[in-house]
Amino acid sequence: MNLEASTAVTGTIPLTIAPTRARRRWRLARHSLVLARRGLINTMRTPEALIDVTLQPIIFLVMFTYIFGGAIAHGSQHAYLEFLLPGILGQTIAMGGIAIGVNLNNDVTKGIFDRFRSLPIARSAPLVGAVLADVVRYAILCVVTLGFGYVLGFRAHTNAVDVLGACLLAIGFALCLCWASVFVGMIARTSGSVQGIMTLIVLPLSFGSNTFVPTATMPAWLQSFVKVNPLTQLVGALRGLLLGGPAASHVLWTLAWMGILLVVFVPLALRAYRRRV
Amino acid sequence: MEYAIEAEGLVKRFGETVALADVDFAVQRGSVLGMLGPNGAGKTTAVRILATLLKPDAGSARISGYDVVTRAADVRRAVGLTGQYASVDEALTGRQNLVMIGQLLDLSGRAARARAAELLEWFGLKDAADRPARTYSGGMRRRLDLAASLVGRPSVVFLDEPTTGLDPSKREDMWAIVRALVRDGATVLLTTQYLDEADSLADDIIVIDRGRVIAHDTPDGLKRIVGTQTLTVRPADAGQVAGVATILEAVTNSTPTHEPRGLTVPVAGDAAMTETVRRLAAAGIAVTELSLNLPSLDEVFFTLTGHGTHENEIREAA
Repeated sequence: MNLEASTAVTGTIPLTIAPTRARRRWRLARHSLVLARRGLINTMRTPEALIDVTLQPIIFLVMFTYIFGGAIAHGSQHAYLEFLLPGILGQTIAMGGIAIGVNLNNDVTKGIFDRFRSLPIARSAPLVGAVLADVVRYAILCVVTLGFGYVLGFRAHTNAVDVLGACLLAIGFALCLCWASVFVGMIARTSGSVQGIMTLIVLPLSFGSNTFVPTATMPAWLQSFVKVNPLTQLVGALRGLLLGGPAASHVLWTLAWMGILLVVFVPLALRAYRRRV
Repeated sequence: MEYAIEAEGLVKRFGETVALADVDFAVQRGSVLGMLGPNGAGKTTAVRILATLLKPDAGSARISGYDVVTRAADVRRAVGLTGQYASVDEALTGRQNLVMIGQLLDLSGRAARARAAELLEWFGLKDAADRPARTYSGGMRRRLDLAASLVGRPSVVFLDEPTTGLDPSKREDMWAIVRALVRDGATVLLTTQYLDEADSLADDIIVIDRGRVIAHDTPDGLKRIVGTQTLTVRPADAGQVAGVATILEAVTNSTPTHEPRGLTVPVAGDAAMTETVRRLAAAGIAVTELSLNLPSLDEVFFTLTGHGTHENEIREAA
């Protein structure tokens, strides 16, 4: 089949009929959803782009449970798994936000954003759309982490509503944190450097927290960092919601951090986007 | 007189580099302006300003009467842009790409799908419509990119080097598409590095060098300045160069020059080529090349500026 030779430059190109313009309201929401759909198709067509939300939590769970679990929790790998799983959920969902900055940086370099910017659409729609599409990735991560945890023997001590609440909180937190990645994606020159910069930010956040070990043995200066660390609050809230125990204060702090992340990084990202392309 | 595109005193700097230094031009509704220049001359910068992707440092531009800075939203509704590189989403199919653009242009789902089907058919992409764009060849990708820029039925179309990197037969396809666009009433601004492309498509040509317009003329006017066509003949047997030279001199009344490609002589029209072929055949001289050429961009630049295009390339690389 020779598609090349089949250019049908015969009829007239339908150019002059006025476009039927539909609804003008909710432009940002509609355009963002159209572009979110594009993001989802991209994700589904490149399964390797899901490694960070599927294989990564599995490997982390296995690695930490069986390598460190016995040593840290005095021989009880099951006890450590219960302590660890909410932490892994928090850490990997934070790391899951790195990819969006890398992808957006590629979009800018490849020129597809030129197309979007030459269209009369809501300016921020390409960024908002990409963030919305990430919801699906984070939801996959929650299912994989809890599902594989179940296989290893993890059982939530609370009820279904609390477990759902934990997932929603983790997803909501990731949606706010990923704007930092969007911002870096807009200012970095290459997608490789986005990966590098974001890893440098997320790794200290996830290890400088209560994710893997109780914080009692850490030096005082580190403990003060751990206390304000947003991931500590998120992981504390997840532990409360999955295992029972006090959660309210951690949840409130997490929500506060989500607000701070949005207020700081959404305007920065939009500004960088306008300047970049 | 009604202009679809007007640019007045456009200036754009990137740090130390002056990409555009005081550029003026205007394009009449329904006509094609060819913008001819080497890499780094400022063509793409001009197109990006007109398409609202860049803001000029000084000067102004209007599309269908709308200022590109203060009325950017109106301009975006009026223009379609096709870049040097195809800006389509490679993971999406051709159809998904076009439907997405339609929805972003506020068409209903049904109208967007109908428009996509129409354009896929017209651009000969119907059979490949439901394959991801990453499986398309270069020529198909260009056509999809052009189709994407036409979803909103723009009245002004920017084509930034639409045939760079395409092989000759695909160039002809693209040219036919441009002609059809104009026939249907669109105004086209086409940037190119090839005089023959501008010559065969444009009503007016501006030659741009280091951010300045150095010539603005009709194709015929420009050819009068830079010289007309040349006929190049290379005999299969190098021993017959003298024989070929005699024939060329007899046909054109001017002395051929020896170029690496063969013997070259300026000609006034196509008749000289026919006559040369007839005489070569009569003399039994076999040739490996016989071609009628417009001056290259380098020759155009040499005539207009006294220097070739190399300086620009060096400047760009620095």
